[in-house]
Amino acid sequence: MSIQRDETAPPIQIRDLHKYFGELEVLRGIDFEVKHGEVVCLIGPSGSGKSTLLRCVNKLEEPTAGKVLIEGIDITDPETDVDAVRTRIGMVFQQFNLFPHLTVLRNLRIAQRRVLGRDTAEATRVAEEMLARVGLSEKIDEHPSRLSGGQQQRVAIARALCMNPDMMLFDEPTSALDPELIGEVLDVMRELAEAGMTMVVVTHEMTFALQVADRVIFMDGGVIVEEGPPEQLLRNPTHERTQRFLRAIEIE
Amino acid sequence: MKRSTRQKVIRYSLYGVLVLVVAIFAIFADWERIGRSFFNVEIAVDMFPEVLTVAARNTITYTALAFIFGLVLALVLALMKLSSIKAYRWLAIVYIELFRGLPALVTIIFVAFAIPIAFPGVSIPGGALGQGTIGLGIVAAAYMSETIRAGIEAVPRGQMEAARSLGMSWGKAMTYIILPQAFRIIIPPLTNELVLLIKDTSLFFVLGTTPATKELTKFGRDLMNSKFNGTPLIVIALVYLAITLPLTYLVARLEKRTAAAR
Ligand SMILES: Nc1ncnc2c1ncn2[C@@H]1O[C@H](COP(=O)(O)OP(=O)(O)OP(=O)(O)O)[C@@H](O)[C@H]1O
Ligand SMILES: [Mg+2]
Repeated sequence: MSIQRDETAPPIQIRDLHKYFGELEVLRGIDFEVKHGEVVCLIGPSGSGKSTLLRCVNKLEEPTAGKVLIEGIDITDPETDVDAVRTRIGMVFQQFNLFPHLTVLRNLRIAQRRVLGRDTAEATRVAEEMLARVGLSEKIDEHPSRLSGGQQQRVAIARALCMNPDMMLFDEPTSALDPELIGEVLDVMRELAEAGMTMVVVTHEMTFALQVADRVIFMDGGVIVEEGPPEQLLRNPTHERTQRFLRAIEIE
Repeated sequence: MKRSTRQKVIRYSLYGVLVLVVAIFAIFADWERIGRSFFNVEIAVDMFPEVLTVAARNTITYTALAFIFGLVLALVLALMKLSSIKAYRWLAIVYIELFRGLPALVTIIFVAFAIPIAFPGVSIPGGALGQGTIGLGIVAAAYMSETIRAGIEAVPRGQMEAARSLGMSWGKAMTYIILPQAFRIIIPPLTNELVLLIKDTSLFFVLGTTPATKELTKFGRDLMNSKFNGTPLIVIALVYLAITLPLTYLVARLEKRTAAAR
């Protein structure tokens, strides 16, 4: 499986994206671009369309109108091999979504074997390397159900990394975790960012956004209300809606 | 009367009624005749080893073939019913409702006799019994497809999404991620289907058979007729139970284990 990649094209380009669920217009014209190595945090109230936007990037949701280009490839074009493009995009879910019937090693190996066609030895080597990277080498033969939430999420990150993706999408990766387990997952993400990974992160962790993000985007009602460097957007937002949102979560 | 005394009286009266009924039955029943017609040792011994080496073996073979054929067909139907293409969904629904709505015997007779009459050139291997097996598999598929579909739907949506986001095609995600989890969930109900299927092979008594292709019911019934005695039916009943009871017990254990794993 090979796809024509334009190395100079930005990892993600979205133009005038609209998404309807039935009558409900959830995304109402999104323009959005992510550069190589950039870390973008998406914030906004519940139901503002953050998850939907993220899921349109790897076509887990079908955009109703507009264009989504991944490394210059238009994935809204029906001729595009979306499965191939998806191997370039790692995705991490709020609920981890590890495969419960497989051990950690097999979780990390299965897509390498069945999608990339790597042999078992090679897939095992990559799996071990990525598991070491998230600090869970000793859990290689465990079943996911025997891991804590934080460990499961780190395995999920390792699983995505095994495909050697060019970019990573995170949809509230710490929202399902007990407070004391959030730190270990954010640490792994911070290291990823420092290693130069392109990342889009939907999160409510404002400290993480402040420290790690290159850019923060505030969404509300299916549109991007405001975006900018974290310091500016989180400390001195210009829009009234952004101010209201930030005040509300501060009080929490 | 005190509450506890009253309960004791009720309890003993219930035992008393039971003892009375059994006693009346024991006194008035013609034991000699019952023994002769249902528990004739000579006739029973005479049935061995054929009742096992031929009849039980055939029953198991027909069941296994119908189950495998039905399972493959059921999987296709389940996937059709979950398909995003409306025509496939409708086809699956029509199939399932049709064959669950008809008596299994009608389907078996249709496949075994009506089709060969309509298409004289067409011959399905195994003759009437091969066709009967296919007929039974067709019926079993209708039931099992609903079980499989429920199993697939019980796997959380996030599993398919995680698999797809790793670049797996829909088919690969189904094969390696969804179906292995679905089948774990549905092993107990599928084993139940297997028990039902074992019993349903008795419907094959309507199909033409040779001594070598008789299944348990036909075997017992033919012997009953030729010896003019009920013993063969008792023997095959015991053989059926020897096959189905362990399976039923297994289902109960599997269900307990699945419940514990939740
Ligand atoms: N599959 C779907 N079918 C119908 N409506 C949906 C679907 N998915 C999302 N929606 C609706 O779209 C809107 C945006 O949802 P989305 O999940 O993108 O919001 P969000 O910003 O991620 O919110 P949250 O912070 O709660 O996760 C919501 O009103 C939601 O109810
Ligand atoms: Mg969301």
